[in-house]
Amino acid sequence: MGLIAEIEKKITEAFEVFDHECNQTVDVREIGSIVRSLGCYPTEAQLHELLAEVEEEEPTGYIHLQKFLPVMTRVLVERSYQPTPEDVLLHAFEALDVNKCGYLTKEELVKYMTEEGEPFTQEEMEDMLSAALDPETNTMRYKDYITLMIVDDV
Amino acid sequence: MGHSHCSSACRFRFCALAFKAAVLIQRWYRRYVARLEMRRRCTWRIFQSIEYACEQDQIKLHNFFSYLMDRFTPSSSKERKLPHAFCRYAELEKYCDYESMEVPDSYVGPRLSFPLLPDHATALLEAFKQKQQLHARYVLNLLHETRKHLKQLPNISHVSTCYSEEVTVCGDLHGQLDDLFLIFYKNGLPSPSKTYVFNGDFVDRGKQSLEILIVLFTFLLVYPNEVHLNRGNHEDHMVNLRYGFTKEVMQKYKVHGRKILKMIQNVFCWLPLATLIDEKVLIIHGGISDTTDLDMLEKIQRHKFISVLRGKKRKESNRNVEIQEINGEDKAQASPAEQDGAASACPQSRAAQAPSMANRLEFSRWVRQTVQEQIERCRRLVDVSESEEEELTYSSLVSMTDLDAPESFRSLQILDILWSDPMPQEGCRENTVRGGGCYFGPDVTEKILKKYSLQFLIRSHECKQEGYEFCHNRKVLTIFSASNYYEIGSNRGAYVKLGPDLVPHFVQYQANKTAHTLTMTQRISRVEESAFRALREKLFAHTSALSSAFKAYDKEGRITLSTWATAVESVLRLGLPWRMLRPQLVRSAADGTLEYQSWLEDLAMEQRSREHIQSGLLEVIYRNRSNLETIFRIIDRDHSGLISFEEFHQTWKLFSSHMNIELTDDGISDLVRSIDFNKDGNIDFNEFLEAFRLVKQSTPAARAKPPRSHDANRI
Repeated sequence: MGLIAEIEKKITEAFEVFDHECNQTVDVREIGSIVRSLGCYPTEAQLHELLAEVEEEEPTGYIHLQKFLPVMTRVLVERSYQPTPEDVLLHAFEALDVNKCGYLTKEELVKYMTEEGEPFTQEEMEDMLSAALDPETNTMRYKDYITLMIVDDV
Repeated sequence: MGHSHCSSACRFRFCALAFKAAVLIQRWYRRYVARLEMRRRCTWRIFQSIEYACEQDQIKLHNFFSYLMDRFTPSSSKERKLPHAFCRYAELEKYCDYESMEVPDSYVGPRLSFPLLPDHATALLEAFKQKQQLHARYVLNLLHETRKHLKQLPNISHVSTCYSEEVTVCGDLHGQLDDLFLIFYKNGLPSPSKTYVFNGDFVDRGKQSLEILIVLFTFLLVYPNEVHLNRGNHEDHMVNLRYGFTKEVMQKYKVHGRKILKMIQNVFCWLPLATLIDEKVLIIHGGISDTTDLDMLEKIQRHKFISVLRGKKRKESNRNVEIQEINGEDKAQASPAEQDGAASACPQSRAAQAPSMANRLEFSRWVRQTVQEQIERCRRLVDVSESEEEELTYSSLVSMTDLDAPESFRSLQILDILWSDPMPQEGCRENTVRGGGCYFGPDVTEKILKKYSLQFLIRSHECKQEGYEFCHNRKVLTIFSASNYYEIGSNRGAYVKLGPDLVPHFVQYQANKTAHTLTMTQRISRVEESAFRALREKLFAHTSALSSAFKAYDKEGRITLSTWATAVESVLRLGLPWRMLRPQLVRSAADGTLEYQSWLEDLAMEQRSREHIQSGLLEVIYRNRSNLETIFRIIDRDHSGLISFEEFHQTWKLFSSHMNIELTDDGISDLVRSIDFNKDGNIDFNEFLEAFRLVKQSTPAARAKPPRSHDANRI
């Protein structure tokens, strides 16, 4: 089985997990999850670019597998949207930790995640806080949290 | 890095850095969340497809079970001719007499007296919270009174929001008493100002089905105007045999369990079929079909529909022909090769994931043929001539008017109400997965709503991650009240409240403290672990088939991961995204290949460590365990836990022919002689299973294996 064929199978499988009506379409809002669970780390901006390629002429809110497959295959073959190494992630947290205490306060975290970069939605912020924040000190020990975010690539 | 007294250039540099850092973190985080989401959905799919495969199993043996029921139910043919209610109830009353039952002074549980009062209800709730058990006398008394009450109710209950401001509708509870407690805690107990509708499936699977029934029936009698119960497909003694309720009752009431079960059977068939709120919202347990007729449903004698396995089935062949004609397909029979291909081409589970129409047809054709063949073989073996009763075809049913409709058509009306599922595609198809009812499309919903001037439907029957889900353009609402149904953390339960404006308000919950304290990641991991354990068990149960499938691709013992995925799907046919699941199931070598033999051995080792039994036989037992148990319980009519030798002999012949195990009469006699059964020729369930293992061993293939060691750990 050729490499391309195998990649296409993988993409189709991931796509179908979100295809609730079994008609080879998914809600456009799920594309991000599909792309990311296939091992890619696009920024929101990069994701929007990709969406522009796979959307219909007149956006319907649904994406067709037919259009998604070739674009996604190319992404995987070219290995676009690769992650930066894990130690860079640690440096990123350290950069935000101005007082070098090894943790970020809830306020700092919320400020940076919702005002800087590609801001989190309220839901995303709440999710991160519920998992990352130590409820007794209201701080996030980022070194510990990073181990959660490092996932084995499929 | 930025210090507060830094220069502006420094601060500027920090800002740019902060921006970059934030983007990086957010990128990682979003990827992590997406992975979690994928894992969550895959886990859900695993549970659903295994549940589906179980029901598929049931459908394959469905006709076999029916046949067994007919064979082993005394005077069943006579019963069919006589009107159900009258003659039998007198006997029933005598059998289930409770008045002579004495309640010892040492009994500390609640003592009920009739008519019931609100205090009795609260006392019961408190007692169950303290894990007490209600004395059998009161259980039977309650059931008698409940039956009396239900008998006077119409098939369709009518509820109005003008008397009680809000109506609360609950879905499947499935024996999960904690969920019911939670609902009462959050929403309040039933009362003259609090109306409840419970939409079926009170029992099975969960361990406190009987307590739920007792609570619901008690409130029904205390507040008859405010509590409404709909029948679900699990309010059926045949289904209870398989899914745990029968077992639960027998375990809790060793002496009087049989009476209780018999009474319950007679209560279930009197449960109303549907509820109408303000004549605008129809509540049924399963769904509808394109032949659903509310006027007929109002008039049917609902208590005659005792069980799904005793009703008549739609004749699939004719419906297939009809559909084929509509599709312009060739009516010729599928060739064997095509059949195999068709079977593996139909991977999907529930209605929401139904494959294209062509595949569904082929699948149902395949199922029908397989079952038919096996029934024929069974019949030939035991030499029974079954008079072919007139079976109505689907098309002939449709053309009948209300007045002429025979009992079969009426049964089908009830079957559809209790067993159907909605699907996204238009139309109406046989629900071959469940073996009863239909898949109905948005057009069917629209038609029914229009015909009876309804606003929307509420149904249950299907587990939903959030406890509820809309479909058909928000015209159909599924409400499911058993939280953590598959596993702790798998899903929330919900109930819905409707006021006079009939706008639904939802309340969700999860009845397990552990679930609350876990983070999303932990919750997903936990459920995932459970799903994969179940999946590995399934894989193990198909070891031989998998081994052959792998060998076909490579004889040297190695296959690629891609091959692995294809082969596994061809054997298990669960329609799962195997490439996504692979990392949790298989560890491959660096070159991306897999030594499948050792993988299969690892699977076996995991199962064996739980059961201490040899793998070959274990595999067969795993595959058939729940079927065997169901068969045993069917034969064991009086629920004594014992069946006679003669019954065993007959059943064994049927079952072994069904499962392709050849055995002569002598073989069976030898087998039975070697079972350690007591002198009066009775066999209990453990011995029943033992017998099965022994037989498997004496077939040629198994003889090569070393003798199994007896183990105290029986299944």
